[in-house]
Amino acid sequence: MAMIEFKNISKWYGSFQVLKDCTTQVEKGEVIVVCGPSGSGKSTLIKCVNGLEPFQSGSLIVNGQSVGDKTTNLPQLRAKIGMVFQNFELFPHMNVTANLNLAQVKVLGRGVEEATEKSRALLTRVGLIDHAQKFPGQLSGGQQQRVAIARALAMDPIAMLFDEPTSALDPEMINEVLDVMVELAQEGMTMMCVTHEMGFARKVAHRVIFMDRGEIVEDAGKDDFFGTPRSERAQQFLSKILHH
Amino acid sequence: MDFGFLTQPAFSGGGTYLDWVFSGIKWTLLVSLCAWVIAFTLGSVLGVMRTTRVWWLNLPATAYVELFRNIPLLVQMFIWYFVVPEIVPKALGTWMKQGMPMPEFWSAVLALGFYTASRVAEQVRSGIQSIPRGQTHAALATGLTMPQVYRHLLLPMGYRIVIPPLTSEFLTIFKNSSVALTIGVLELTAQARTISEYTFRTFEIFTLATVVYVVITMAVVVLMQLLERRVRVPGYIGTGK
Ligand SMILES: Nc1ncnc2c1ncn2[C@@H]1O[C@H](COP(=O)(O)OP(=O)(O)OP(=O)(O)O)[C@@H](O)[C@H]1O
Ligand SMILES: [Mg+2]
Repeated sequence: MAMIEFKNISKWYGSFQVLKDCTTQVEKGEVIVVCGPSGSGKSTLIKCVNGLEPFQSGSLIVNGQSVGDKTTNLPQLRAKIGMVFQNFELFPHMNVTANLNLAQVKVLGRGVEEATEKSRALLTRVGLIDHAQKFPGQLSGGQQQRVAIARALAMDPIAMLFDEPTSALDPEMINEVLDVMVELAQEGMTMMCVTHEMGFARKVAHRVIFMDRGEIVEDAGKDDFFGTPRSERAQQFLSKILHH
Repeated sequence: MDFGFLTQPAFSGGGTYLDWVFSGIKWTLLVSLCAWVIAFTLGSVLGVMRTTRVWWLNLPATAYVELFRNIPLLVQMFIWYFVVPEIVPKALGTWMKQGMPMPEFWSAVLALGFYTASRVAEQVRSGIQSIPRGQTHAALATGLTMPQVYRHLLLPMGYRIVIPPLTSEFLTIFKNSSVALTIGVLELTAQARTISEYTFRTFEIFTLATVVYVVITMAVVVLMQLLERRVRVPGYIGTGK
């Protein structure tokens, strides 16, 4: 059974339909890249996975649990799914270690010492152990995003969601974040990444999903997506982002 | 200006007029600080209620704010002092009028506290709502529950953001405490008026009262700045440096 399974997901804002009958799945260990023009519903789709965005019809099963089901314990489900945002969204009033510790202590019930040990190990891994006592506002964008990834990993997630993790970064900082993501992918983490970094997609993605106006227009293996002919909308989109 | 009259024996009560001034200061501080405790706690609760999407929390808080913010403070003062004892259960009303110590003081505290709570609530609400939604999403995504998100993110950040407007509400409560003289609380303004009636040193005594209010104001401003510095977030642009 797939780790994440979308079946005919539709969502409306009033009369405007943001998601149109979306069906796809993410297997355990798979890396999926989601791309598409601005406003096509990528963020909305990925936020459905951990129930940050409710949807009106269809079914979404994550790790065997139905997200739309009122009896599903969302906080418990979310604790197992890491998420990284475009704007980092670290908690500004807590230092880096406290950012990593918070949910470990409050959600998983780890002791502060155990949590701190875990946090320090992850900060070492993303190359930021020297910044453990700093506050988010004292770090560069790339550093903040790596902290955000470490914060998600601290929960020992079974899957990771990324919503344009490098879009808010200066060009010279993009790679330091992508490197961490590539490493994660190569270790076999299940990942669903909204990104326009096609280099990343080429390197580690198993499948690429192309969305336009709320629809999943293409859902293809990486080689098919970048190789053989595909829908015109996807071609136009690709040529735009690849040639500038 | 001659302030010599302050050390003269007062018309009644055995002390000097200076003692009357100090007594006035004491009541001004007592009314204001007690009212602030109510305003801050109740206002915080109401402000949080207004930010939730749960209608049975949101609706009563909104109704409260609209009601208390839009009735003049003076009217609310009269209502607490004259009307409330008449409309509560009879035994309680009788106690409020005859048994309760310092009825004018407590009426003033309640009136000022409940009125200012509506203003504090609006500040707290706007502070919490100025925190980007992505922050709440990120906190929820780690598995925190909504109450935990309030406790660990929205309240700590929200309060920091609204320290400046809350300072001004805190200052206003000292100024508004003078309205309590209308129901007989002998706070600073009331004492100044009485002293001027007995001594005809109107100019001096109101100058003195003004200076005292300014000193209180400055003390509050300094205290709040110390607090703001203490909780300042390093590197965070939203709270100043
Ligand atoms: N709260 C909302 N109310 C109404 N419409 C919304 C709301 N949030 C998003 N939308 C609309 O839904 C559509 C999809 O938004 P979404 O953020 O998922 O797009 P996206 O593909 O992530 O775009 P981007 O690349 O700009 O991040 C957009 O047209 C947007 O205007
Ligand atoms: Mg988006």
